[in-house]
Amino acid sequence: MTFFFAYSEQYHIVPIASLLHLAPWIPVVGLEIHAQISSNSKLFSGSQVQFAAPPNSLVSFFDASLPGTLPVLNRRCVEAAVMTGLALNCSINKKSLFDRKHYFYADLPAGYQITQQRVPIAVNGSLSYSLCIDNKMSQMVTKTVRIKQIQLEQDSGKSLHDDTRCQTLVDLNRAGVGLMEVVMEPDMCCGEEAAAAVRELQLILQTLGSSQAVMAEGQLRVDANVSVHHPGEPYGVRTEVKNINSIRFLAKAVDYEIQRQIEELENGGTILNETRAFDSKLGCTVPMRDKEGKQDYRFMPEPNLPPLILYDTKSLPANMNHQQVINIDWIQERLPDLPSVKREKLVEQYGILPEHSFTLLNEDGLAEFFESVVKQTQMKPKKVIGWILNDLLSYLKQHSLTVKESPVSSILLADLLNLLEKKEISSTAAKRVLAELWKGEGKTPLEIVKEQKLELLQDQKELEQICQAVMAIKAGNRKVLNKLIGLVQRKTQGRSNPVLVKQLLEKKLSE
Amino acid sequence: MQGSFTGLQTGIGQPLGILDGIPIAVKDNFNTAGIETTCASNMLKGYISPYNATVVQKLLDHGAVLLGKTNLDEFAMGSGSTDGVFGPVRNPWSYSKQYKEKSVPKSHSEEESDWVITGGSSGGSAAAVSSFTCFAALGSDTGGSTRNPAAHCGVVGLKPTYGLISRHGLIPLVNSMDVPGILTRCVDDAAVLLGSLAGHDPKDSTTIQDDFKPFELPNLTDVSKLSIGIPKEYHAPGLSSEILALWSKAADLFKNAGAKVVEVSLPHTRYSIVCYHVLCTAEVASNMARFDGLEYGHRSDMKDSTESMYAATRREGFNDVVRGRILSGNYFLLKQNYEKYFVKAQKVRRLIANDFVKVFRSGVDVLLTPTTLSDAAPYTEFIQEDNRTRSAQDDILTQAANMAGLPAINVPTALSERGLPVGLQFIGRSFQEKQLLTVAKWFEKQVQFPVIELEEVKRHDNGVFQHQKSASFS
Repeated sequence: MTFFFAYSEQYHIVPIASLLHLAPWIPVVGLEIHAQISSNSKLFSGSQVQFAAPPNSLVSFFDASLPGTLPVLNRRCVEAAVMTGLALNCSINKKSLFDRKHYFYADLPAGYQITQQRVPIAVNGSLSYSLCIDNKMSQMVTKTVRIKQIQLEQDSGKSLHDDTRCQTLVDLNRAGVGLMEVVMEPDMCCGEEAAAAVRELQLILQTLGSSQAVMAEGQLRVDANVSVHHPGEPYGVRTEVKNINSIRFLAKAVDYEIQRQIEELENGGTILNETRAFDSKLGCTVPMRDKEGKQDYRFMPEPNLPPLILYDTKSLPANMNHQQVINIDWIQERLPDLPSVKREKLVEQYGILPEHSFTLLNEDGLAEFFESVVKQTQMKPKKVIGWILNDLLSYLKQHSLTVKESPVSSILLADLLNLLEKKEISSTAAKRVLAELWKGEGKTPLEIVKEQKLELLQDQKELEQICQAVMAIKAGNRKVLNKLIGLVQRKTQGRSNPVLVKQLLEKKLSE
Repeated sequence: MQGSFTGLQTGIGQPLGILDGIPIAVKDNFNTAGIETTCASNMLKGYISPYNATVVQKLLDHGAVLLGKTNLDEFAMGSGSTDGVFGPVRNPWSYSKQYKEKSVPKSHSEEESDWVITGGSSGGSAAAVSSFTCFAALGSDTGGSTRNPAAHCGVVGLKPTYGLISRHGLIPLVNSMDVPGILTRCVDDAAVLLGSLAGHDPKDSTTIQDDFKPFELPNLTDVSKLSIGIPKEYHAPGLSSEILALWSKAADLFKNAGAKVVEVSLPHTRYSIVCYHVLCTAEVASNMARFDGLEYGHRSDMKDSTESMYAATRREGFNDVVRGRILSGNYFLLKQNYEKYFVKAQKVRRLIANDFVKVFRSGVDVLLTPTTLSDAAPYTEFIQEDNRTRSAQDDILTQAANMAGLPAINVPTALSERGLPVGLQFIGRSFQEKQLLTVAKWFEKQVQFPVIELEEVKRHDNGVFQHQKSASFS
């Protein structure tokens, strides 16, 4: 970009470009997300799908593209895509087509990928997601991103480059695994939005079971298209950022790329339409060595697969074998509650705060754990949520455990909360019991309470004696009351009912 | 020969199936487990497939003995069976008494170069059946590759309806047109093979959903209810007067027997060659992409980079014909050309297919056309033209059936003035093989095509030949 000067150099040197800086930049972010379909076998072959199996142990003749082999579409993969399409408010195409996308790469044995370029299985959907403003959980806004399309396609194999020995090793286990490519329109404007949208998508996929969507295992891969422009101007030249393997990195990569582009433009540079990789160690994006400049994929209809025809109850032919057809309505009726609905229900049913419902759904199985505890205890859900979110969750996070791996089951937690609710123990004692429960020694809360003599002291005479003793040491004004209560607690190993102690002390003090 | 055993050989005492003990040859572009499958290309020389093509498996399941794999044009690209890495296929009729008698006596060396081609690309299969090497053979038919050599070698060549026989295991030329072809010495045999091979295959999504019911062909006595269409466009430039005469004679034969013979028009057929050129090369470019030297097949020693290895592998592995088609196919598929060529060709293909639909809807049962423009050319003459020109000329009468996916059959009809076989083609309605073969059988009976008289073979191996002859023709 050239600089134009508004005034001659002997006066104030103000480049127009810098005047333009006053106009804000609008970042535009679109996403292409590849979700590996959770299915027993691959999209077009009978090979098993499994993460981290020995190299090349899950490869059929078709996956290795042996001459003469033909693709046979996996019904389960189609159903997963239909489910996902419906969950993302897409219209499902009753007739979709498969195409070949050609490029030479070592981990693409056929020299082409079978995908859905012309008519994908689902189009024109939307995804609503929420994010908090200024990192405050209490200030959440809901946004919507349009879904352009969902297409079924094959995954490629994996190439491992051994630079020292100058060789490439190819593992075809992943070759041919079913993918859903979800294309999100450029409706987002920052890393946080992109991250929130992907997180919501991930939850939806996991709820549907259409993909396990674990980013670390490559089941969910996100490419971000980023550009910036000034208001009222057309979109800027975009770059594609790849190699993003966690949601946290997605936010970082997008924000870095936006900043980089703004700086580049403000310094008079230009943005190249290029592919960049996110380097998580350096926290920045770097240009990728493009495979061979601009590729022409030479798309062509896949001649070995007839058009994929889907039915609804209205169009379903009467004498059709049900094994051979997919009924969209049937799938629609069986869709599970989506995360947004689950959250609403949690808020409504248990009276918890909306932000708590987000936290509950953010961990796999946490909402179910919460509901199970609520069912088994007399404690109010509003109180239970505190134990779940503060105590359980922070413990799990500390020890990097999932909810399912929690040493404290929902039954044990419910038992404990019941003791608290029935005022048999104090909340201090409850925390001590919980600490004991984490050890996972198989003791019940009641056993621990008894063993450690943590029962709430209800005997008035006993408490009076203690208080007398305390009074003997310390007589004086009301301000030390709290300290006195503390002393009583210490003396009683936290077993005394603080309310009762306070009453007693007040009584003593007023005597 | 493959080490398979027939039901009788294994001592089961019962035939395994209708083909028990029947020797059958298979074109070398069908996968055969444990046996080399080469496509007559350096690329696959020495390649041993781990699996059987569905049709090969079905043959074996019915008790057939796999006699051998037959030569072809490299990757079935050609119409002469002259462009394979193992050399050209010679037409057995070159050595027949019928041909020798008609040709002017020549010196020995001239005589040696006088042999005629088989046509192709399934020339090896046609030659094997024609020379009594085997009972039947599998070919493949994309633009006429089964019917053309069948015509030149004087055997029956059936191209079934697209989707009736599984392509799984057939190394593809053009997936949307390829069909396994059947080569036999008579129409009844073709029906028997069809019965063993046809039907749904879960491994080929383009096969019909239903099972196929094998049929026996009736002996037609009355053809008066038949309507035979004579498409005028098949009176193509270059059609020899001999074949033209034979064609009208055949039409008269039907007419005289009481059938209705009508001239029909397939106006778009004349675009089929150019249309085929685009669609064929595009699919070839795509299908050949897998031959990169990584997983199987030839791999060049070039080690500078993966890309240079790919390039060298493909240069060394493919002949000029294959490489030429890959080049033009990729050109047609380029983003800037796709609409202009590929999409347009697809539309033309639809028009060609619709022509047939209209004709059949008008009440025509079967179309009668020549199969080839002339009888087989001598090898030395044939190779004067390049493969592309030859294919374009030779496929002209057969290709439209592939565009439309229709069943078609070559029936050997007569010998030419040079003593070489000439055949005519019947094209039927989609999945109406029974009707098509019934008509073909009636015609076969009328024309009484002569048996090949192989003098050389007789002299050298009289006993075997006599035995075969009696076995087949008693």
